[in-house]
Amino acid sequence: MTTLRLRAARRIHPPLKLTVAVAVVAWLIAWFAEAPLSDWLTFSVLGLQRGSHFGEAVGFFLLDVPKVLLLLVGIITVVTLIRGFFPPEKVRSALAGRGNVAGSAAAASFGIVTPFCSCSAVPLFIGFVEAGIPLGVTFAFLISSPMVNEVALVLLWGLFGPGIALVYMAAGLTVAMIGGLVIGRLHMERFVEDYVWALQGKGGTAIEIHLSWEDRIHDAWAYTRDLVKRITPYLLIGISIGALIHGYAPTDLVAAIGGRSNPFAVPIVVLIALPLYSNAAGTIPIVQALLGKGMPMGTTLAFMMAITAISLPEFIILRRVIKWQLIAVFATVVTIGVLFVGYLFNFLIA
Amino acid sequence: MKTIEVLGPGCANCVRLEKNTREAVALAGIDAQITKVTDYAQIMAYGIMSTPGLVIDGRVVSYGRVPSAGDIAAWLTER
Repeated sequence: MTTLRLRAARRIHPPLKLTVAVAVVAWLIAWFAEAPLSDWLTFSVLGLQRGSHFGEAVGFFLLDVPKVLLLLVGIITVVTLIRGFFPPEKVRSALAGRGNVAGSAAAASFGIVTPFCSCSAVPLFIGFVEAGIPLGVTFAFLISSPMVNEVALVLLWGLFGPGIALVYMAAGLTVAMIGGLVIGRLHMERFVEDYVWALQGKGGTAIEIHLSWEDRIHDAWAYTRDLVKRITPYLLIGISIGALIHGYAPTDLVAAIGGRSNPFAVPIVVLIALPLYSNAAGTIPIVQALLGKGMPMGTTLAFMMAITAISLPEFIILRRVIKWQLIAVFATVVTIGVLFVGYLFNFLIA
Repeated sequence: MKTIEVLGPGCANCVRLEKNTREAVALAGIDAQITKVTDYAQIMAYGIMSTPGLVIDGRVVSYGRVPSAGDIAAWLTER
């Protein structure tokens, strides 16, 4: 890749290193002060009863909202900064020459760092097809992108520790890879819109543009601000539902529906989750509360994956590049994959 | 006279880039024609997948980010 270097405009800003240092220190102070502060607020200032339904629900809410927001702001800034070095244009050239298996694995992993949004999905899909990347490999990316992403991993890591985050990542990548391989085998090429095929081989090659650290940090921060603003409503709803479950849902009921004794727990929660749509940020607080009520890991993961990976808004976006038949196959393959993951992890994590 | 193309299907960032570009043209005090390119075939022809992209006189100067009006003005007055 040739690199284009451009002169930047003269800016008057506080020194970059100082700004970064102040931001890091402020974040750390907030992170450590957050739990005692929210505890004090719930049980001393508001005077709520420890152990009461309402007190526990409010405590969960006040503890989780700032904690999750801090995690998102801190880690997404860092992840976005790193992602800046791997633009999709570069990844596409890396994927282009690969076979189905290696390609699906690489595409699924690439889905981790790429957020799925209406702006990026269609150009990425067209760009992949244009470069001659097999359809199955493209789908491995489409499955993994909304399901396994940095927001999900950061939240799982922060709330439950690295074990569960890595398990979720492995499960999501497995579903995406196998889904991609299966769709590749089904030869669904005729269900891609004709105008997409017409573009194949007509694209140019992007040149690499040199960015300064200041540009990169500025971009990462702008992106994080946008993203946090966009997912905050989901987060507040998710945390509220999580708080209600945490404070009020009887453990017996959760156990009866989702517990180990019910062999159909996985399909039941997946059926409940299919029509629901939220992103990872809104789903994880609910997951947190369900796990707290004793729902097994596999069942909970299946619930979360079904909510994030299968959604009507995503299908409407994809309809611009593929036909309904292929969307139906996509939904079916992912659902089967999610059911499989649910049973597998219930079996593995006893 | 500069030709400027703003590449993007019309998402929030594309709108922001167009606004910055108009500001930059005013800032640089030059004569420029700004075109919005929403057709995927034309965007792909530049090899770009991460929108929005900015093309000045046929040369891609930025993609996948929203440069500031100041930066764009500096690129416009380059050379």
